[in-house]
Amino acid sequence: MSKITIPIGPQHPALKEPASFKITLNGEEIYSMDMRLGYNHRGIEKACEQRTYIQSLYLIERICGICSHSHSTAFTQAVEELAGLQVPKRGLYIRTLIAELERIHSHLLWLGVAAHEVGFDTLLMYTWRDRELVMDHLAELGGNRVNYAVNTFGGVRRDLTPDEIAHILKDMDTLEERTKYYAQVATEEATLIARLSKVGVMSKTEAETLGAVGPTARACSVDRDVRRDDPYAAYPDVQFKVCVDDHCDVYGRVLVRVNELFESYSIIRQLLKNLPEGPIAVKAPRRMPAGEVFSRYEAPRGEDCHYIKGNGTDKPDRVKIRAPTLANWRAVRKMIEGNYLADAPIVIAAIDPCFSCTDRAIELVRPHGGEVLTWGALRQFGIEWHRRHGLDFADLNKKFSQRMERVK
Amino acid sequence: MAIFNILVFPGILFLVAAGLWFEFVDRRMYARMQNRQGPPWFQPLADFIKLLAKETIIPEDANPRLFAAMPVLALTATICAFFYIPLWNTTALFSFQGDAIVVMYLLTIPTMTFFLAGWYSTSLYSTLGAVRSLTQLFAYEIPLFMAVLAPAMLANDWSLAGITKFYAAHPLLALLNLPAFCVAMVTLLGKLEKVPFDIPEAETEIVAGAFTEYAGRHLALFRLAIDIEVIVAGSLVAAIFLPFGLTLPWWLGIIIYLLKITLVVALIAIMRTIMARLRIEQMVNFCWKFLAPAALAQLMINLVVKGFLQP
Repeated sequence: MSKITIPIGPQHPALKEPASFKITLNGEEIYSMDMRLGYNHRGIEKACEQRTYIQSLYLIERICGICSHSHSTAFTQAVEELAGLQVPKRGLYIRTLIAELERIHSHLLWLGVAAHEVGFDTLLMYTWRDRELVMDHLAELGGNRVNYAVNTFGGVRRDLTPDEIAHILKDMDTLEERTKYYAQVATEEATLIARLSKVGVMSKTEAETLGAVGPTARACSVDRDVRRDDPYAAYPDVQFKVCVDDHCDVYGRVLVRVNELFESYSIIRQLLKNLPEGPIAVKAPRRMPAGEVFSRYEAPRGEDCHYIKGNGTDKPDRVKIRAPTLANWRAVRKMIEGNYLADAPIVIAAIDPCFSCTDRAIELVRPHGGEVLTWGALRQFGIEWHRRHGLDFADLNKKFSQRMERVK
Repeated sequence: MAIFNILVFPGILFLVAAGLWFEFVDRRMYARMQNRQGPPWFQPLADFIKLLAKETIIPEDANPRLFAAMPVLALTATICAFFYIPLWNTTALFSFQGDAIVVMYLLTIPTMTFFLAGWYSTSLYSTLGAVRSLTQLFAYEIPLFMAVLAPAMLANDWSLAGITKFYAAHPLLALLNLPAFCVAMVTLLGKLEKVPFDIPEAETEIVAGAFTEYAGRHLALFRLAIDIEVIVAGSLVAAIFLPFGLTLPWWLGIIIYLLKITLVVALIAIMRTIMARLRIEQMVNFCWKFLAPAALAQLMINLVVKGFLQP
């Protein structure tokens, strides 16, 4: 059979966000893959340079809908280092608590998406139901389901009440019980294992060479976790183990994430048990000193890096974000080769890709074609395009106002 | 009377109603097992009407006549097959020696139309889905044939009505066909393209497979054909493997018949709840490694038993 190229994306049922994968097939086997990213580029880094630090924080939080706290914490840590702020212990604990709750919701979400990619919708429904428990807590603590806006420079904005603590602890028990069940499903259900094991294989050396991060790397026995290697926030005070697996395939990535869920439950219990008293934040200056800082953070998907260059004013000179998904793309290309087309969605999904995190730049497909329009010209073009297709807004507006006259 | 039988009961109208009803039963059970609410009872009908009202789009490169004919052909073939299957008693609407084989062939036609529909849609996803449909057909069709024909061999009759009559007279012998029943249920999942064998229309891989380019009333007819195929296949399984309660009064018989279909639909719903979709090569391997030998073993058992029964 001759080679055929099939497009997955930019719009495709397997993808929750736009990205384009061109998969060249040899029969049902994948021969090579070409990817094109950048559909979600929003110019956030540039926009940060025109905003004050505190305004940028809210923008940074909106980079990603799943790991919003990861980006905002990485950014906050960098700014705090720049300003030399000492964050109170209680603030750090609450920040870490939100981070772990976010990890739980992200991993449960991923587990469901992964199950959906291999056609196991029951697990999707179950994990997403349980994820709501965490979402409720995040909404309770931050006032919002996704962009909690808990961080601020010098600490956090919201405190915990004893009621909330008891509530979270209770739900952690429920979640642990259910996660045990999912772990059992993932390790015992024959069709699920058949679809996951020996799929998307990547050796330890390859993972290190290609710079994979997070659960993707840890499932290839790369023992790397920023929370332990370069502790930040309250992580020096808690006991946890870094989950590593030697399956080197998608199955291993499932196991790593499920085990990390258990670790997260344990971390949250420790945090709530040892929650220190005191203030939750210190006051931060408006103007930050000049200097360069680099901040690392273990997001649910892997290491998230933020770089900030301050110039002594209230606006950053440069903000650079390296989201974990970006570090994993090259690994995907390696992992996907030699698999079947049926495995393409799960291999891509196995790194838990977040396109909006990653898309820091766009690539022009035809850099010399096309034309640049001003805003007015674009508007005129739109009006005329619709008129050519039989839809005249000027006409409609006239009719509408006439009708309103008659009604009066 | 024959016209009434064909058009209304137990013919086309009943089939359409049952098809839509059991689609609801299937979706509702699937949803409840997944801890969801599930659709209201009229949802399949509402979907059908909505699709009928939608715009019909035929790809530019496709042959418009063939494209439009495929859903009709699928629907016709499944309805035709239904007339030869005994439902709540031991007589079918039409019957002749060898109709068991004809029904099996009529039930193959929908799969062939899926293939042709996908192939003539000329889009990549459709073509891939079409090829997968056909690959899958080669995997499940032979075990399914053997599973259905093994009981026929024991009954020494090649009409479905005759087979049912035989097993209604010897209900204990029907238990002998339990392995074939299991094989038939699993292969039916392949025929009806349900999880774990929904490979030809795997949503996350090839969008909707052969149906990707279909819209409007063509898609509505295809979906109706698939719904009816569930009923026909369920009736076939019920007639051959569950020959119980066939001599009761007609109203009780109909209730028992509907319960049997519910059982088949429930089995399908359970299997698609608890499993993930397999890959095409895993599916083919599974069919040839396990289902075909199991069906062959059933043939052997039936041959031996037949030898004892008819010295």
